[in-house]
Order: sequence, then structure tokens, then C-alpha cells
Amino acid sequence: MSAEQRPVSIPPGEEPQSALSAEIERLHEQYAGRRANHALRDFPPYRSSVLRHPTHELLKVDPEEIERTAPAFGHVDVDPYESDLTIQHSGEPLGSRIIVEGRVLDGDGRPVAGQLVEVWQANASGRYAHKRDQHPAPLDPNFTGVGRTLTGPDGSYRFITVQPGPYPWRNHRNAWRPAHIHFSLFGTAFTQRLVTQMYFPGDPLFALDPIYQSIPDQAARDRLVATYDHDLTVPEWALGYRWDIVLTGSTATWREDEDADH
Amino acid sequence: MPTTDPTGRPESDSAEGAEHGQEHRTVVEALADEQPLTGAPALVQTPSQTVGPFFGYALPFPGGAELVPAVHPDAVRLHGIMLDAVGDPVPDALVELWQPDADGRMPHVAGSRRRTLGRFTGFGRVPTEQDGAYEFSTLLPGSTTEGGPRWVLVAVFARGLAHHLFTRAYFVGEGDQAPSDALLERAGDRAATLLARQDGPASYRFDVRLSGEDETVFLDYPGPGA
Repeated sequence: MSAEQRPVSIPPGEEPQSALSAEIERLHEQYAGRRANHALRDFPPYRSSVLRHPTHELLKVDPEEIERTAPAFGHVDVDPYESDLTIQHSGEPLGSRIIVEGRVLDGDGRPVAGQLVEVWQANASGRYAHKRDQHPAPLDPNFTGVGRTLTGPDGSYRFITVQPGPYPWRNHRNAWRPAHIHFSLFGTAFTQRLVTQMYFPGDPLFALDPIYQSIPDQAARDRLVATYDHDLTVPEWALGYRWDIVLTGSTATWREDEDADH
Repeated sequence: MPTTDPTGRPESDSAEGAEHGQEHRTVVEALADEQPLTGAPALVQTPSQTVGPFFGYALPFPGGAELVPAVHPDAVRLHGIMLDAVGDPVPDALVELWQPDADGRMPHVAGSRRRTLGRFTGFGRVPTEQDGAYEFSTLLPGSTTEGGPRWVLVAVFARGLAHHLFTRAYFVGEGDQAPSDALLERAGDRAATLLARQDGPASYRFDVRLSGEDETVFLDYPGPGA
């Protein structure tokens, strides 16, 4: 075998986007016609998942009292000002001010009231105020990017923040995360616990991102994308995005679609 | 300043967002026409996404590891390390604990993020260290059922983990047998991964192996309608 014919070994982290996109497409094809409500833990295009997902099937269990209840949070835990990420420092953060508002509901459409919602995000330049973020984009001394609030009686939440920037990471060569806000949520049962990410409509990076694409079902992926809401936009002040969140059990396994011919 | 509720009950009268329930095409409406009306859940859950690498300045909070102060006379230490498929430590995970009090009652008490109030809320949260280690100071949980086993619910979040994992840690005293429990029986020869074994005075060890050899038994709960 001549040198030219030898398969080229690409070092980890250096695969081109085209190779990643092909991997994603192949995996999505495997899951076509089936539904999933959650991301696949075993999703090799997201390289960090390879050594960190269980190989055994999860053991199904009927929840007991501990699992059917959840921690309580109240105003002793959350200051009302913590829902505004733009007033945590002496000056205004850089970037486009936005409002993110929505409701937290359970699977029956009932509001999840008085529960803790936590968010964190990169600044407008795509940089986290975290010591391990090495992206050479500027920190903003007026933006930390951490907020929390309690849901109202109707399950509603509202944050004021700035539009986060997309940012590069080292999953593969020229990998970029679509702009997103991390959310952490509690329900009325601990089994409803959810950590996820909210995205912005029309992001050109969606198709390229192995984290977003770790959910093979397009309808499920769509549920992570906020809706621009002009009625929520405040004139002369901030753009409004609406994003509702539904918490149910933790069931994350693939189930055959009821209509599927299997 | 937030006020302290002397009853210890969580306040649910937050004004945040309560005035903003305008009419829009919400998840409820968007999904209404794709859901069968057969008693199945009306709404489809929002998918999970990884907690990522940068939660460390957002989710951990002061006292998150101390459900009770380490100096509490009844404090026990629950500790362990988290490992990946090849046995390397996982230094960027978050561990959450949810448990009953010493009498087996589930707390319904706000104040987890304000440990200075001195309330037992049953909730703890701690990031793993560089060597994958985590540690809580808590109370030995009472059993929620008469004569039942003592266990706590553990949730694990990590970079690389697209969807968090649940497991249970059953407390086993030094020289004691594992408790009789339906889940432990079903776990078969992997049941040992669910045991927090006493490894010293008032100290219990519960390692978490995300993947591979001696992989921890992780749990799935049927959702409504499942």
C-alpha cells in the first residue's frame, strides 16, 4: 500500500464538520420513525458522551414517596432581583437586551407553581464568566450570566438578560455552539427534574451542532427553540422571546411510535 | 431583603411573571392537535440537554453540600468518587441529593440556598472535585415506610451526559447485610452499586460509575401515560 492510499487518521478533535454531520445523519436515520422526548445519552458525535453514558438499560422503577416529592424553594432562596441579569453590576451589560418569558407546566398542562428556575449563559460575545472558558472573546465586567427566579402561581417565569453569543468548542474542528441559555428546573416530583438549553429561532448552527442534534426527533428539537414574540417585546427597550417548558416523568427511552409498522 | 417565613413553608406567591399570561401559541396549543385524546398526557415533555462544562458558577451554592452542618451531632458523611467508562475521575459533574429526614418524613421546607437559616430541607447539591470526589454532610435518612430500607435519591449531571441520571443510595451499616428491597432484588448481581456502605464512624461511601465495569444501576421512572 502506497503512502497515498493509506487511510488518513484524523486526530480526535480535528475531524471536519462534514464528517461530524455525516455521523449525525447516519444516527438520525437509525432512529427515523421513532419518537424520543430526550437527547440520546449514547451519541458519539458529541465526543464527551462516549465515556460517560450507561451501557446497561436503565432499570424501570415505580416511584416511591421520595421520588414523588420535590424540594421546596421560596423567597428565602431567591431574591426577586436575581431574575434580571442586566442589573447585577454597576453598569449595563453589552449586547441586545432581551426578555425571556414562559410557563413551566406538567404533562397534564397544570402549572408548576412556586418552583425554582435557574439559568446561566454566555455573554453577548459568547464568553462565559467561568474560569475554564478559554474562548478568546471579551468578558463583560457588567455581565455574569447567572439568574434565578420562582415560578408564579400560573407557572410563569420571566428573565431579563442579553442575547448570548454563539461560541466555539473543541468537539471537532471548527465546532460552534448555537446561542443558548441553560435552564435548570424542578417540578413537584424529583423525577421531573430537568436541565436543558433554550435556543433562539432560525439559528444557522442548529444543523451542525451535535448537542442539539443529540435529540434525533425534529419535533422534539423544536421544543427547545423559543418563539420570537413581538407582543412581548417592549418598545424602545428589549426584544421578547417566549419559551414554555413541560416537565413529566424521567422516561427517556425510545418507544416505538404507536403507528409505526413493527 | 427576603423575609423568613416562620412556618417554614415555601412561599408560592411570587409576583415574577404572574402578570404576563398573554395569549400566544403556547406549547399547550401547539401540541393540542398532535396529541391523541385517549387519556395520554396532554403535553409532551421538553427534552433535556447536557449541563455542559460551565455550570460551576451558576448551580452550586454556599452550603450546598451541607444538608446539616458537619458539626451537627447526628451528621453523617455521604461521599464517593465519580468515574467514567475507563475508570478516570469525572471532575465536572454535579451531584444532587434528595432525602427524608431522620424520621422518614419528606421535608417541604424552603431554604436550601440559605443554609444559615438552619432548616433541614432534604436537598443538597455539590460539584465533583478534580479527582471526581464529592461529599455531603447530611442526616441518616429514616425509612419512609414501616421497617423499610433507608435510602436517598441521587441525581447526576455532567458534561458529556446528555440527560441526567437517577440512582438510589441505600445505607448499609458496618457489618450489616444489604436491606431487603424490591429494587435491590431486581438489580440482581449489580445491586452492590446501589449500596452506600459504612466506611468509618458516621461515614458512608457511594461511588458512581457512569459507564463500563461495575456501572452503577441507574433508574427510569415511567412517565404519566407510559
